Amino acid sequence: MAIKQLSVFVENKKGSLHEITDVLAKENIDLRSMCLADTTDFGIVRIITREPERAKKILDDAGHAANVREITAFAVPDVPGGLAAVLSLLEGRGINIEYLYALITGEAGKAYTVLRTDDTEHTEEILKAQGIEILDQGHI
Amino acid sequence: MEKRKYYQEEIETMPVEEIKKLQSAKLVKQVAHAYNNVPYYRDLMDKKGVKPEDIHGIEDLYKLPFIEKSDLRETYPDGMRAMPLEDCVRIQSTSGTTGKRVIAYYTQHDIDLWEDCCARALVAAGADKEDVVQVSYGYGLFTGGPGLNGGSHKVGCLTLPMSSGNTERQLQFMLDLKATVLCCTPSYAAYLGESLKEQGYTADTIPLKAGIFGAEPWTQEMRRNIENTLGIKAYDIYGLTEISGPGVSFECSEQGGMHINEDHFLAEIINPNTGEVLPEGEKGELVFTCLDKEAFPVIRYRTRDICVLSRKPCSCGRTHIRMAKPMGRSDDMMIIRGVNVFPSQIESVLLKEGFSENYYIKLGRVNNSDTFDVYVELPPEQFDDSVKAISEKEKSLALALRNMIGIGPAVHLVPPKTIQRSEGKAKRVIDERNLHD
Repeated sequence: MAIKQLSVFVENKKGSLHEITDVLAKENIDLRSMCLADTTDFGIVRIITREPERAKKILDDAGHAANVREITAFAVPDVPGGLAAVLSLLEGRGINIEYLYALITGEAGKAYTVLRTDDTEHTEEILKAQGIEILDQGHI
Repeated sequence: MEKRKYYQEEIETMPVEEIKKLQSAKLVKQVAHAYNNVPYYRDLMDKKGVKPEDIHGIEDLYKLPFIEKSDLRETYPDGMRAMPLEDCVRIQSTSGTTGKRVIAYYTQHDIDLWEDCCARALVAAGADKEDVVQVSYGYGLFTGGPGLNGGSHKVGCLTLPMSSGNTERQLQFMLDLKATVLCCTPSYAAYLGESLKEQGYTADTIPLKAGIFGAEPWTQEMRRNIENTLGIKAYDIYGLTEISGPGVSFECSEQGGMHINEDHFLAEIINPNTGEVLPEGEKGELVFTCLDKEAFPVIRYRTRDICVLSRKPCSCGRTHIRMAKPMGRSDDMMIIRGVNVFPSQIESVLLKEGFSENYYIKLGRVNNSDTFDVYVELPPEQFDDSVKAISEKEKSLALALRNMIGIGPAVHLVPPKTIQRSEGKAKRVIDERNLHD
């Protein structure tokens, strides 16, 4: 189980993020979450939407480098320390986190989080074994 | 009707011994013409202690002085003109990207022989009367447009004088008028191909069958990419304004070097450091002599292009000597941290590694040391979600470049379509070193 994440390669330059969001807005793509990783030269915009494949096609047609891949997302109780407990668990099992960001949550009392680690399969097994709820595309 | 193989068969397939005889006779006349009508050239010969009567044939060519680009600049605007104004009908001019412009003069005879050379190139690329030739080289002072335009008329093709730029209109005319032969710079051909692909056209639905591309260095890898995208056979053409324009030499269907139009242009290869003439097959600087141009009779002009000549018989039946694709004009050569680097070497690695020809090189200077950066577009299919994956790709490309040229650049992958496309000669090098300050 996993959700789909759309990634776009952009220049680290004024206006590039706006251009991506603008192209998607014109085609009525609703963004549920977004996160930007940047280096001095380039950035990667990561997007969660209900229509990742259609959004990718729109970006492809506009000449952008975009891809869709599955990514782990999970729900933790929305209380102080909710996320820390999960991270501590993963750290203890030697899992290295590459990035993580929050997602609009559809249920009260929960916090949705998107996570990429250096070992997706193992990560999901660990989370499941602890009874942590793994999200799928239907949660978005 | 059977397609013709040659535009001027008798000349193009003339036995080598006869070509040499023809060249000798023309050379003797040409040297006398230049000596008598161009005081600047007469001074060059006098300084070297050689008189027209010392020249009996091509075997005496080595006695003559070289003409350098600086000579042509020094004689700007008309110090090399060898015919009275009333006999001249046109000028063309170099782009002046590397300094002051050179102005070349033409009589009607000179225009005719130049256009004949372009017509030979078109016929060698398979063009005939029923073809539609789209000329997307710039028109005007640049020789690309006028040369191929004239050649296309001579062959009897329908000529589309598009000039460069306005890509949308280029594509519309290409598709609506079913252009079969495209003439432009290779970088513009690649851009047109990319635009067609985006609009959903494939090699099968693009009407073109051949392309004649020149005016800038390009690699075999780029040739294959253009051929596959446009569904054509891509032919190289070579020329320079100082000698006439495109068509000094051209490729036949063998794609194994460009036949020099030897009845008009005599080629030599010299050691660029000593000026010594090198035997056939050795690599060196290409030197041209115009054998029968009237208004601008340039003799032993040093092109700064590094290449090799070959007299090996060609299966196309043409007997004229072939020149390999120049590695690059020695003007294009960069010296980075003491190493000689040609942009074409970088391009060849990029294409082999699956990147596009959309790249540029930036040179700078920090703490008295050269910085060397290569920017290249990441093809969409190579994009992976992580920063790490992109950094690794940059590193492995830098390593491949290092293996090829001996020094490693910093490689920067950039998103598709962020490097400006060229409609004429692509600008691949930005040198900010200001070494002359």
